[in-house]
Formats: sequence, C-alpha cells, structure tokens
Amino acid sequence: MHRFLLAVLRRDLTLAARRRGDWLIAQFFFVMVASLFPLGVGPEPEMLARIGPGVLWVAATLASLLSLARLFEDDHRDGSLEHMVLSPEPTVLLVLGKSLAHWLIYGVPLLLIAPVLGIQFNLSWEAILVLEISLLLGTPILSLLGGVGAALTLGLRGGGVLLTLLILPLYIPALIFGAGAVDGVMAGTGAEAHLSLLGAFMVLSLMIAPWIAAAALRVSLE
Amino acid sequence: MNLYTYASPANFYVLAGKLIPWFSWSAGLLAVWGLYISFFLAPTDFQQSEAYRIIFIHVPAAWMSMFIYLVMAFWGAIGLAFNTRLSFMMARALAPTGALFTFIALWTGALWGKPMWGAWWVWDARLTSELILLFLYVGIIALWAAIDDVRRGDRAGSLLTLIGAINVPIIYFSVKWWNTLHQGSSINLMKAPSMAAIMLQGMLVMAIAAWLYTIAVSLVRVRRIILERERQTDWAKAILERE
Repeated sequence: MHRFLLAVLRRDLTLAARRRGDWLIAQFFFVMVASLFPLGVGPEPEMLARIGPGVLWVAATLASLLSLARLFEDDHRDGSLEHMVLSPEPTVLLVLGKSLAHWLIYGVPLLLIAPVLGIQFNLSWEAILVLEISLLLGTPILSLLGGVGAALTLGLRGGGVLLTLLILPLYIPALIFGAGAVDGVMAGTGAEAHLSLLGAFMVLSLMIAPWIAAAALRVSLE
Repeated sequence: MNLYTYASPANFYVLAGKLIPWFSWSAGLLAVWGLYISFFLAPTDFQQSEAYRIIFIHVPAAWMSMFIYLVMAFWGAIGLAFNTRLSFMMARALAPTGALFTFIALWTGALWGKPMWGAWWVWDARLTSELILLFLYVGIIALWAAIDDVRRGDRAGSLLTLIGAINVPIIYFSVKWWNTLHQGSSINLMKAPSMAAIMLQGMLVMAIAAWLYTIAVSLVRVRRIILERERQTDWAKAILERE
C-alpha cells in the first residue's frame, strides 16, 4: 500500500521535474494575479495591507485551479491512467498520491513565494508568518478538493472552465478561514480559532475527498 | 401492491401522468389562497409597512431552494447506492426548479432589502450562503450539460451534489463566522419581530403551494426525461407516435 502511494508520488514528481515549464507557469500566474491588485485599487500601503491576505488567498486558489485541470488529463490521454485504475491497488491511494504530488509541486512553491508578495502588500512579519501557516494548512485542501473536480471533468470539452465553476464554491471555507486568520492577527483578535478550523477542514477533506474523487474517476473512465 | 413497481421508469411514467393534475391544481389553488391572505387579509406591518409582504414569496422560495438541494442529494445517494435509473432522473428533474427558487429568493431578498436596509445587497451570512447555493446548482447543471453520456453524467452529477451537501453546512457556518468577525452591517436578521398569526398562516400556505408546484413541475420534467431515455423501447415509441 505504502509502496504504491510512494510510487505514484515519485512518478508525478519525476514528470514535473522533467517539464519545468508547466510548473513555472502556475507560480508566475500566482505572482501576476497578486500584482494586478495594487494596479487596480491603488498603491496606498494601508489599503494594500488591508486587502493583502484576501488577495493572496484568492490568487492561491486560482493558481491551484489552473494546474488542477491537468491533474489526470495527461495520464488519461496516453492511457496510463486506465492501467493504474485497473491495477489491483486501491484507486483511493492513486488519487491521494496524485493530490499529494500536486500539492508538493504547486502548493509548496506558493508557500515560498507568498512572503515576498506579503512584503509587497505591506504585511507585518507577524501577519506573514500566519499567512504562511494558513497556506500550509490550506493549500492541501485545494489539491484534495480539486482532485474531485479534476476527476469529474476528466476528458470533457471545456473541462478547465467547468472545473473552476464546480470547485470554487467548495473552496470558500478554506478562503474564509485562511484569509481570516491573517486578518485576525492584524486586527489583534488572534489567529488560533481560524487556524484550528482550517486544520479541521483540511483533515475532513483528507478523509472524504480522495474517496469521492476515486469514485468519480471510475465513473469517468467507464 | 409493491411500491417498488414504480421504480421502473415505464410504470412511473404512467403514475406521474396521473399525479400531475392533482399536484398542479392544488398548487394553483393554494397559491391563490396564499396570495389572497398575503395581500388582503394580512395587516400592514407597523415597522415595515407594505414592503414586508414580499416575505410571502421570499421565505417559501428560500426554504424550497435549500430543501430541493437536500432532496437532490438524497436521490443521488439512492441512485449511487442501489443503481436505480429513476433516482438519477429525479435528481436531474429537480435541479432547474431548485436553481429557480434560489434565484427568486435572492431577487426578492434584494427587492426587500432596498426599502428596509437601504441597500440591494449586504454580505450577510444568509444572503452569501444563498448565493453560494446558487453557484452549486449552476455547477451541477453545467456538469450535466457538459457530459453527453447519460450514465456518466448521472453519476458525476450525483457525486458533485453529495460533496456539495457535505460542504453546505461548513460553508454556512464559515460565512456566518466570517460575517460576525467582519462586523459589516448592524442589521440582525436573526431577531425578527414575532409574527402575527395571519402572516404566518399566509407564509405556510405559500410554502405548501411552492412545495406542490415543485412536485408537479419535476414530475412533468421527469416524464420528459423518461421518454427521452427510453425512446428505443416499444412503450415509449407508442407514446411518442401518439403525441
């Protein structure tokens, strides 16, 4: 079981390492979306600090959606996905491994970029630290729930846009708790409550999303 | 008589055809009665004057919008668990009415909010979660529309409905806590003034009318879906030729 999970993980990471172009696009997308907001709303430092947490969280969800459309697509096109689903190993582990790989490839780099953008948005060090913790807890949710959407829309025309439509409403709790934690620490009310709820939502997604995604994958491949 | 007979689309088609007139007529009569109570019998509210009368449409629509989603999730779960074709058809037949009621609830809410709060829209927890519910309905309908294969579409839509149903309470509470922390508006919807009995009566009659209407239109819709899917069978061909 563990060996299968690790094999899926290693395979996806190797594939990502050999195609760095795809990997970089999502990260640059994150930076660009975040950079557009000061141009849109004006450069006043107080206002930027006020909207910063929300903007960075929204940009992170959009960046993760951008890459999620291809979570199963490439493997589906060359047929290897069907072989992996038909193998005696549980499909849940396949989905879990792929979601985990997606998080390592697309979620973790966001954690490295976010502090730089936080400085641009005039966030305090304390706020940036909480932003990092909230992204650490929250980005796995994006990959896990996104796996369900990617499995449901596998191989459909206009699948990418449809995926966005299906999954964004489900991301709302993560967005509220994630951005709320940073807001809380800036307003002086503390971030613990938000971070605990975000952590709980992450555990819940980890428990439920892979099963539904595996069921959806089997439905899509029938 | 075995109730499971009606799990067969062919039998249910006939049953639905017999039931539709009953549900539509009672829905129509109750709606007329409910509207009569709402506009003529119910007194003018001393705080909100005449504009409060929109709740007779708004509250039943909001109830139905949430309830229909749960019924869809129920049919989806039944369909996935027992592999019954009719359950998926019921789920599909309900979705447009659910989206319609969600939209009506939002629209009438805005019309009520303007004279009461001085704003068409506030980011109140209930309004926001109702908006998100509309997004969920639109997502499910869009997924069904995008998948041509009936079997795959049924299952995919039901899975999405189910994960949405798990998420709806989480979304509701997250939006509620988000709202209380942001301290956006001073309006509190929770502390509604207690209602006169006649107003409550009007609202309940309208709610039952909305309920019966939902059953009637989804039965009409499910009959169309049954005919479309069973068009290769002899009984469906006979009906299609007659029409």
